[in-house]
Amino acid sequence: MTPFARTALGLALAFLYAPILVLIVYSFNDSKLVTVWGGFSTRWYAILFADGPLIAAALVSLKVALLSAGIAGVLGTLAALALDRHGRFRGRGAYTGLLYAPMVMPEVITGLSLLLLFVGIGLDRGIGTIVIAHATFATGFVAVVVGARLKGLDRSLEEAAADLGASPARVFFGITLPLIAPSVAAGFLLAFTLSLDDLVIASFVSGPGATTLPMRLYSQVRLGVNPEINAASTLMIATVGLVVLAASWLTARRGA
Amino acid sequence: MPAPLPPTAPLLGIERITKRFGPQTAVDGVSLDLAPGEVFCLLGPSGCGKSTLLRLIAGFETPDAGAIRLDGADLTALPPHRRPVNMMFQSYALFPHMSVAANVGYGLKGLGLSRKQAAERVAGLIKLVRLEGFESRRPETLSGGQRQRVALARALAREPKLLLLDEPLGALDRTLREETQGELRAIQRRLGTGFVVVTHDTQEAMALADRIGVMERGRLVQVGPARDLYERPASRFVAGLLGDVNLIEGRLGPDEPGGLRTVETALGPIRASGEGAAGAAVVVAVRPERLVVGGADGLPGTLQGTLVEATFLGDRIRSRIRMADGTVLRASAALPATGPMPGVGEAVTVAIPADAARVLSA
Repeated sequence: MTPFARTALGLALAFLYAPILVLIVYSFNDSKLVTVWGGFSTRWYAILFADGPLIAAALVSLKVALLSAGIAGVLGTLAALALDRHGRFRGRGAYTGLLYAPMVMPEVITGLSLLLLFVGIGLDRGIGTIVIAHATFATGFVAVVVGARLKGLDRSLEEAAADLGASPARVFFGITLPLIAPSVAAGFLLAFTLSLDDLVIASFVSGPGATTLPMRLYSQVRLGVNPEINAASTLMIATVGLVVLAASWLTARRGA
Repeated sequence: MPAPLPPTAPLLGIERITKRFGPQTAVDGVSLDLAPGEVFCLLGPSGCGKSTLLRLIAGFETPDAGAIRLDGADLTALPPHRRPVNMMFQSYALFPHMSVAANVGYGLKGLGLSRKQAAERVAGLIKLVRLEGFESRRPETLSGGQRQRVALARALAREPKLLLLDEPLGALDRTLREETQGELRAIQRRLGTGFVVVTHDTQEAMALADRIGVMERGRLVQVGPARDLYERPASRFVAGLLGDVNLIEGRLGPDEPGGLRTVETALGPIRASGEGAAGAAVVVAVRPERLVVGGADGLPGTLQGTLVEATFLGDRIRSRIRMADGTVLRASAALPATGPMPGVGEAVTVAIPADAARVLSA
């Protein structure tokens, strides 16, 4: 690597990660003032774990993330299978576009349109509506990840299984699914982190009693940043980071 | 109610089967009967429809017209997993997430075998293809030849009456291929399974097949034992596909008693066997090894030419001879027992034996 490339890479990484690094460092700050270093301490983590509403919000977030990622995982996999397997069916292009559109749609619009829908059909807003909303926009991501794996899958493997007397169900569960499993898991984890990160859509579609962690943090920050927020954010970064690492490891394995 | 079939009923019966992909007709009205225990090779260049025909028999493609019967039972409407035929794939299609033994035993489920019987069947197949000791290995850790044998064992596990093989030796290197040809034939004879082999390799088809079916643009153009096809090709295409051939253009003479005809060519009249209307434009096909090349003092009635190239190949000499009219003929001859070889540039004579010359439509 040339010195220029190294410097450029260093600057880019600093630009991306310096704010996060500052946040993590200050989460271990003993001082009550966010911008003044008062020595190393983990006391904000102790306070954080004693903060009932915050813990409740974290649990809501986890529940929403697991459920919505589960739904998106199944729907996204099915969508990818349909797009990959049924050749050039009528409206294939439109279907593909419709599936990918929520990925690039501004979150404000996704949130607002879902809110209007839920109000329109008289659905009580709460954890359920957040799960539906998150599953809606994460499905496209799962379909992309699983679709890439399906494209690389040798179709003759499924034909060989059918030729050896396996019913379509046995072919799917015994051959296809095990072979695309790493990408399904990667898609699930991606959907999980997307749900955990989301503030905008959740704010639109949540109801009383359904406050996710990002919503809770955002409302606290509006009253002023305190080191407890830094600690909570650090834990979130760690969680998301681990999940993303797991997803990329799964995707890299066996050319998935 | 169909009449009971005679005992000599074909194992596989294909009746005027047609498959179109959009405007392309991949298989065009092919009919074919296969005897039990027969090895039949579908031979043709890529895109001739041979693989599609195989996939129609396996059930991966649905025909637009026609029927496929096995032992008299109509298979045409059955999905692949309900057809009592098995296929060995060109890529082998071994399940990468299963061991060799699990691959071989995959097809045994649903046959009503006990666990013990299934294990015995797998062990027997692994022995048949000489892969003892590799049972728990994953396919990715095997060599190409070993994978090919796993694929064969897996395809034979359900004891099909008919096995379909798509370029079974195509992925192996030259020496391994010849060895495996012999093994494949030996296993086939032992089990008595009917084979339909798809290949583009003429040598392979000749080595394996009882009968060869040549396909050209979706049609089965000629069926017969390799020797019939080689010596009595029905068309220029078949003649060229089965081996090197000299094609000499000419005009067919009138019918004669005795079956032989005279073809007027630029080289002079050539006696050849074949049919056609008198006066039709035809070609005379002669295999290079059937040309009789002699010294300049050849017998009367032979054709005159000049040797332009002679390549010594150990067991034979391949030569090119320019005839008086400019036509170049290729000859391939065993070495003369005695006497010197004619040198390049020397005048030679060429005789075309009547039983080696075949009239084909131009």
